[in-house]
Amino acid sequence: MLSTNIKKELISIVGDRYYFDDQEALITHSYDATPMYQSMPDAVIFPGNVEEVSAVMKVCTKYRIPIVARGAGSNLSAGTVPVEGGLVMVMTRMSELEEIDEENLTATFQPGLITKKLHEEVEKRGLFYPPDPGSMVVSTLGGNIAECAGGLRGLKYGTTKDYIIGLEAVLPSGEILKTGGKLTKDVAGYDLTKLLVGSEGTLAMVTKATVKLLPLPEHKRVLLALFDDLYAAARTVSKIISAKIIPSSLEFLDNATIRVVEDYAKIGLPTDMAAVLLIEQDGPEVIVSRDMERIAEICREEKAAEVKLAQSEEEGVQLMTARRSALSALARLRPTTILEDATVPRAQIAPMVEQINKIAKKYGIQICTFGHAGDGNLHPTCMTDARDHEEIERVEKAFEEIFDAAIRLGGTITGEHGVGLAKAPYLEWKIGKTGIEVMKGIKRAFDPHGLMNPGKIFAKETRRRVVLDDVATH
Amino acid sequence: MMSQLTEKLKLTLDYDELTNCMRCGFCIPACPTYRETGLEAASPRGRIALMKAAVDGLMDPDEGKLRDQLNLCLGCRACEIACPSGVKYGHLLEQARDVLEEKVEYPWWIEKIRTLVFRYLFPSQRKLQLLGSLMAFYQRSGLAAAARKLGLLRFLPKQVRDMEAILPKATGKGVVEQLGTIIPAKGEKVATVALFRGCIMDVLFTETNKNTVRLLTEAGCEVIIPSDQNCCGALHAHSGQRNLAKELARKNVEVFYEAGVDYIVSNAGGCGAMLKEYDHLLKDEELGEKAKWFAERVKDISEILIDIAPLKIKGTMNRRVTYQDSCHLRNVMKVSSQPRKLLRQVDQLEYKELFEADRCCGSAGIYNIIQPEMSMSLLDHKMENVSKTKADVIVTANPGCLLQMKLGVHREGLSDQVETVHIVDLIAEAIELEKKMKEEGSGCGCEHHKKEDKSA
Repeated sequence: MLSTNIKKELISIVGDRYYFDDQEALITHSYDATPMYQSMPDAVIFPGNVEEVSAVMKVCTKYRIPIVARGAGSNLSAGTVPVEGGLVMVMTRMSELEEIDEENLTATFQPGLITKKLHEEVEKRGLFYPPDPGSMVVSTLGGNIAECAGGLRGLKYGTTKDYIIGLEAVLPSGEILKTGGKLTKDVAGYDLTKLLVGSEGTLAMVTKATVKLLPLPEHKRVLLALFDDLYAAARTVSKIISAKIIPSSLEFLDNATIRVVEDYAKIGLPTDMAAVLLIEQDGPEVIVSRDMERIAEICREEKAAEVKLAQSEEEGVQLMTARRSALSALARLRPTTILEDATVPRAQIAPMVEQINKIAKKYGIQICTFGHAGDGNLHPTCMTDARDHEEIERVEKAFEEIFDAAIRLGGTITGEHGVGLAKAPYLEWKIGKTGIEVMKGIKRAFDPHGLMNPGKIFAKETRRRVVLDDVATH
Repeated sequence: MMSQLTEKLKLTLDYDELTNCMRCGFCIPACPTYRETGLEAASPRGRIALMKAAVDGLMDPDEGKLRDQLNLCLGCRACEIACPSGVKYGHLLEQARDVLEEKVEYPWWIEKIRTLVFRYLFPSQRKLQLLGSLMAFYQRSGLAAAARKLGLLRFLPKQVRDMEAILPKATGKGVVEQLGTIIPAKGEKVATVALFRGCIMDVLFTETNKNTVRLLTEAGCEVIIPSDQNCCGALHAHSGQRNLAKELARKNVEVFYEAGVDYIVSNAGGCGAMLKEYDHLLKDEELGEKAKWFAERVKDISEILIDIAPLKIKGTMNRRVTYQDSCHLRNVMKVSSQPRKLLRQVDQLEYKELFEADRCCGSAGIYNIIQPEMSMSLLDHKMENVSKTKADVIVTANPGCLLQMKLGVHREGLSDQVETVHIVDLIAEAIELEKKMKEEGSGCGCEHHKKEDKSA
C-alpha cells in the first residue's frame, strides 16, 4: 500500500475514479496470461492522457515507486506481473485511433487500442496492418509494441517492429520522448523507435504510436498438406522458400497436436500423420493461384500423404480451423497450459521437433508442438497441472533443455512472447555477457533508478547452461 | 484462521474449474460489464481470479467486495463461448453465489418477500395463476388507470414504475386450462414433444404459449403439456438458492420422464438453458440418469421448427424486423441461426441484423431490478444499435429480454413506432396474415415479394 501522501498526489492527477488500491483491484492486477506467476501491486492507476502519464511518472520517480505498464494482460512471459510491487499503470483508457492517413499510408493511435479494432478500421479502407498475434481480439497495441508481438503472418510480413515508424513515450522522469514519424526513411541518429519496440516496458511508457500500412491483399487461398514423415514436412517448408515463394502463413502441427485436435474437434484429421502443414498465400488472384499450385506440387514431390487445396475463401477458413483450434484443444486437456515460443532457423524445424519430443519423453511429460514453421517460430506447449509440484519441476527442467537445444541449433529462447520474468534466467545464453552489459547500459540511460518494470528481462541469477544434473529450479 | 466463508467456498467451488482458467483474457471483450466499467475485476477472468483468491485465502470473502463483484455479473455466459479452455464460468458463478448468499442477512421484510417469492410463489403454478387473475383484474378493471391517474405509483421506485407500464396483460388461465394437455399434430405426425410452459411465462405470456403449441402442431408435432410441471428454477439458481432449484428440477425431471416424449420444448431462452443443464445440477443424485435423459431432449422452439419438424407454412408480413439474441439461448443452448432462419423465411419480411445482437440487453433475470444502473446503461447502448436498424419490430426469444426491450422502447418514447414481440407470436401472426391473404385471394406468395437486406 502506498502512503497517504503519495496516494493523494496520484489521485490529484487522475481523479479518485481512476486510482485503486482495494483488495479486488490488487488481486486482479497481480497476474497476466503466464501460468504460475502472481504478485500483488501496491496500487492500480488508469491515466487518461499523456500529461497524466507524465505527472504520474514524476511522482513515481520522486518516491522511487516501480511502474508496470499493462494493457489487456494477455502476454505470455509474465511481463506485466508486478514482481516488485509498485504501481500498475493500465493504459486501456487511452484507446483512441487518432488518424488513418490514406495519403501517407499510416495510422496513429493510443496504446490502449485493441489490435483487432485497428485491423477492422484499416481494412474498411482497403488497407492492411499485418501483425496478427494470436491474442489480437483482446491484446492492446501498446502491449504488442512492448512485446514486439508476432503472429501467423510473420514469415511474409514481419512482426510489430517492422511496422512501428513513430512513437511518443514518457520517460520515468516524466519527460516526453518523440521518435520517428510518418517517414519511410529516417536515419537521424540511433533508431530509438526500434529500441522501444520489444523493450517490455523497461525503458519508457508508450503513449502514442504511428504505424505504416500496406494495401490489403485482394485474394487469399489456403492449402492443407499431411505428411507421414516429419523431415518431409520440414523439407517442404525449405523447398517452398527456396522456390522463391513466401507464403503469408506457413503453419505446422506435430503428431501429438494433431491427435489432440482431432480428439477434441473431430474434423477428420488423420491421427497417424507425423505433421500437418497449413499454408496460406495472399495477393493478386493470378499470383495466388500460381503460387498455390506450385506449393501443392512441392508437397506432392515431398510425398505428402494428402494435399487439400481450398477452392474458395470459405473453404480456406474451414481448413484454418485445424490451426485455430489447436490451442483450444490443448488447453482443455489439462488444467495448466504452458505455451513457449522457442525459435530456430526454419531449416532446423525437424531436428528441433525431434529434440522436443525426446526431451518430453525423457522427463515423462506431455508436450505438443505447433507453430509458425515458415519463420521457425515453434510453440512447444506443455499440458500439466500447476498443483503437481513434482511434475512442474520436471516441466521446468524440460523447458530449460528445450531452450538450450534451440540455441544450439542457432535459434533463440523466445521468438515472439518476450523475455519478461519467465525467460530472464536464460537471456544470457542467447546474447552473452557482453549483450547483457550493453542492454543494461541502455536501460540505465532511460531509467537510472530502475523503476520501469523491474525484475523483467534481466535476471538476478542466470541458469547454468547445461541442466542435465539436478540443479534446483528455484 | 480461515473464516467460515472461506471454508465453505473451498468446499463448494470446483477448484479444477478455477485452475482451468488460463487467464488468457479472451473472455474480456465478450463481457458486457467489463466493457461498461473497463475494470479487470468486472471481467470473467477477474471474477475467477477473485473466487480463486478467496479459496486460496488471499482475499477475505467476508468483506463483501467479492459478492458485489459477482452480483454485478449478468450471468450472460458470453465469456464461455470465447474461452479456449472451456471454463464453465456459469457453474462457478452459481456455486459462489450459493455460498455467499447463505451469509447474507437481509432486513426481515426482504427476507419475507424472498421466501414468499422463491419458496411459495414460483414453485406453485396455482398460486402464480391466482396472482395472474389478480393482476388481470387490476389491469382490466380500470384500477391500473386510476392508480396512474391518482399518481399512486409515484411511491414506487422508478424501475418498478417503468416495469408496471410495459407489463403485458396477465391472465389466471394458463395454456393447459385453455388448450388441454394433449394436442394432436396437424397432418402427419413427425414427433411427440412436451411443452415446457414456464411459470411467469404461462401467466404473462399465455398467448405465446398457445402460439407455440399452434406452431408445433402445424409442423407435425403432437404436443403434450404435463400439468404437474413447475418453474424451471433458473431464478433460484442464479440468486444463490441452489437447493430450491434442485427441488424444482427433480420434480420436472420426474414429470417429463413419465410423459416419455421425443423432445422437451421451451420457448424461453432462460428456462431452456436451465433445463438443458439439469444433468449438471443433479449429477450427484439418484435421478442423474433421468436428468441426463431430460437434458438431452431439451430444445428451443426455433430448433424444432428449423431442424426437426420444419414448419410447412412460412407466413407473410410486410415489416422491417431485427432480432435480439437471448444470451442463454445463444450461449448455453447454442441456438442462434435457427431464429434468424425462421424470420428470413417469412415472405415480404425485411430482416436487418442488429449490431451486437449477441450482447446482453441487461435484463438477465431480475438483474434489471437489482442492478438498475448497469442494466440501463447496457440497454441504452442496445437501443442505439436498434435505432440504427430502423426496424419497426424487435424480435426476442425470451420473456425477460422481451420486457427489457419493451422497456427500452418505452424509455425512448418510441412505443407508438416500434413493436417488441416474441418470435413465436410474430411467426404465428405471419401465418395468420398469409391465410387471410389467401382467403382474400390477393396474395401471390411470389419470391420477388420477399425483400431481404443483403448488407445485414
